[in-house]
Amino acid sequence: MTKYAAPGEAGSVVAFEPRYDHFIGGEYVAPAKGAYFENPTPVTGTTFTEIARGTAEDVDRAVAAANGAAAAWGRTAPAERAAVLNKIADRMEQNLEKLAVAESWENGKPVRETLAADIPLAIDHFRYFAGAIRAQEGAISQIDADTVAYHLHEPLGVVGQIIPWNFPILMATWKLAPALAAGNCVVLKPAEQTPASIHVLIGLIADLLPPGVVNVVNGFGVEAGKPLAQHKDIRKVAFTGETTTGRLIMQYASENIIPVTLELGGKSPNIFFADVASAQDAFYDKAQEGFAMFALNQGEVCTCPSRALVQSSIYDRFVGDAVTRVGKIKQGHPLDTDTMIGAQASNDQFEKILSYIDIGRQEGAKVLTGGEKADLGGELSGGYYIQPTVFEGDNKMRIFQEEIFGPVVSVAKFDDYDDAIKIANDTLYGLGAGVWSRDGSTAYRAGRDIQAGRVWTNCYHAYPAHAAFGGYKQSGIGRENHKMMLDHYQQTKNLLVSYSPNAQGFF
Amino acid sequence: MAVNRVALTEDAAALLRRLAADHGPLMFHQSGGCCDGSAPMCYPAGEFRTGGSDVHLGDLDVAGVPSPVPVWMSAAQFEYWKHTHLTIDVVAGRGSGFSLEAPEGVRFLIRSRLLTDEELTELDH
Repeated sequence: MTKYAAPGEAGSVVAFEPRYDHFIGGEYVAPAKGAYFENPTPVTGTTFTEIARGTAEDVDRAVAAANGAAAAWGRTAPAERAAVLNKIADRMEQNLEKLAVAESWENGKPVRETLAADIPLAIDHFRYFAGAIRAQEGAISQIDADTVAYHLHEPLGVVGQIIPWNFPILMATWKLAPALAAGNCVVLKPAEQTPASIHVLIGLIADLLPPGVVNVVNGFGVEAGKPLAQHKDIRKVAFTGETTTGRLIMQYASENIIPVTLELGGKSPNIFFADVASAQDAFYDKAQEGFAMFALNQGEVCTCPSRALVQSSIYDRFVGDAVTRVGKIKQGHPLDTDTMIGAQASNDQFEKILSYIDIGRQEGAKVLTGGEKADLGGELSGGYYIQPTVFEGDNKMRIFQEEIFGPVVSVAKFDDYDDAIKIANDTLYGLGAGVWSRDGSTAYRAGRDIQAGRVWTNCYHAYPAHAAFGGYKQSGIGRENHKMMLDHYQQTKNLLVSYSPNAQGFF
Repeated sequence: MAVNRVALTEDAAALLRRLAADHGPLMFHQSGGCCDGSAPMCYPAGEFRTGGSDVHLGDLDVAGVPSPVPVWMSAAQFEYWKHTHLTIDVVAGRGSGFSLEAPEGVRFLIRSRLLTDEELTELDH
C-alpha cells in the first residue's frame, strides 16, 4: 500500500493555494464584492483553502471575456483546437498523481479511483474530442442538378456550464472537451462543495488556452449559477444536477430562447437473471462485483446501481454471496491506495443519506449489512463516512425510488422476465441500468425493454468517451460523451446554392 | 390540530425568518434526482414556476414570516411519497442548486415518518 501525504503536509504531491479567485480572461481576478467562502475537505472536515464568492458582476465579467475571445477561437482550424486539447491531455498525464490527490482531498473519494478512473478518463476525453473534431464532416445534399445544400458546423459562441461535485474534474471535462473542440468559449461554474481541484487543473493548463476561452467563476448556485444560467449573452446552458434546479434552468433558458442539456440523475436498476448463478466461475464473480458497484465513488454517481433486482430462484444464494462481498469493501483514509470507499462529499450529503436510511427502516426494509455512519477514528472522525449498506425491501419504498446518492443499495426479487422489466421501469428516472445474463438473447431484449439511456450489459460503471451517456424520462435532456455530443455545441449552417444561370420564374 | 403533510423544525423556522427578511415571501419545491436532489429547494415566492405537473403539499405558517410558505412537489414524485409525512429541517452544509440558504453555510433537509392510517384517512377527505 501507499499512503499519499495530505495536501499541506510535507511531501504532498499537491499544494493548494490558500485562496482561489475567479479565472477570467486568462488571469485570476478577485471577486467584485470581495467575499470568499471556506472550502473544507470531507476527509477530515477541516478547511484547506478559501474560494471567491462570485456574484452577477463576476459572471458579467466572465461572459464578456468569453465573448471577446469567441470570434477568434471559433475561427481556428479544427487541427489547432485539437492540438490544444491534446496538449491539455498531455499536461494532465504528466501530473496524474497531483490531480488525483487533489481530487481525492477535495471530494473525499479514494485516490485508488482518481488514479485509475477519474483522471485517466478525463485525459482520454480530451484526446477523444481532439480526434473527433478533426474527423467531423459536414454534409452535402444534391437538391437538383444545379442546386446544392451545404451543411456546415459552426460553434454556438459562449456557453455556460454548471458542474456537479461528484466528479469535479471529470464532469468539468465531459462538458469542456466537446465545447472547446466545437469552437465555443466557456464560462464554467464549479460546484460550491468542490471548487478547488478544478483550479489545480487550470493552474496546469492556463498557458495552453487563449485568454477568455475558458473562464471559471466560483460561488454559490443562487449567487453565481443563477446569473450565469440567466445571462442574455450565453448561447447554451449545460447542467448536471437534480430535477428542480433542472426545471429552473429550463425556465431561465426559455427567457433567452437558448438550448439546455440536462443530466438530472437516476435510480438505476441492476438486474441479475438466474443464469448468472449457473456456475461458480469468473462470470459469477464478475456479476458479484457488478452488485457491489453501488459503492463506487461512495454511491455518489448519477448512475449508481442502487436498485438490485435478483431472480427469486437464485435470490438467497446470490444475495448472501453479495453481502459477503460488500463486507470486504475496505473503508479508510481516501489517500491510502488500499482504500476502496472514502468520505461522502459534504456534511449535508452525509445527513441526507442517514435520513434515507432512517425512512428505509421505518418503511420496513431490512438492513442486510451496514446501515450506520462509520467513525474511522483519529483525524477522520471529523469526516463524513457511511458504511456500505444493503437494504432488502420493496420497489414501492422510498429508498427504491429516490436517489440517495450514497453507498446504499436496495434489493428486491423478481419472478420472471416480465416482472423484472416491470420493476426496473417503475421509476421516474431512466439514466442507467445493468443487465446480467449468460444468455445473449435475454440480455439484449432486457436492454431494449428498459427505459434508460445507458444499459450496461454484463458490466457496470464503465465510461468510455466513445459511448453516449444520457437519460430517458426525468433523467434529463441530451447526451454527453461520444462524437454526437459535438452536435449539442454546434449550430448547423446551411448554404443553399444555385449553380443555375436561369431565373426561378416567379417574377 | 388539523392533520398536515408537511411541518417545520424550530431551526428551520428560524432560518426561514432570516431568509424572508432578506428575500421577501418564500416557497419550497422538493427536488428529486442526483447531487443536491432529494432535498427541498427554497426560492423567493414565484421564482420557480409551478404548473399542472406539481402538487401543493401545504402552506407553512411561520411565526415572524408575514406570508405563508407554500411547499410543492412534482405530482409524479408525490405518488411515491404520499404515504409519508415530511418535516423540513436544517443542517450544516453547503450547496443546494439555487436554493437561498446555501450561502449561509446551511442546508434544508427532509426528515420523514410514515403517516398513520388515521392521518391518511383524514388527508383523503
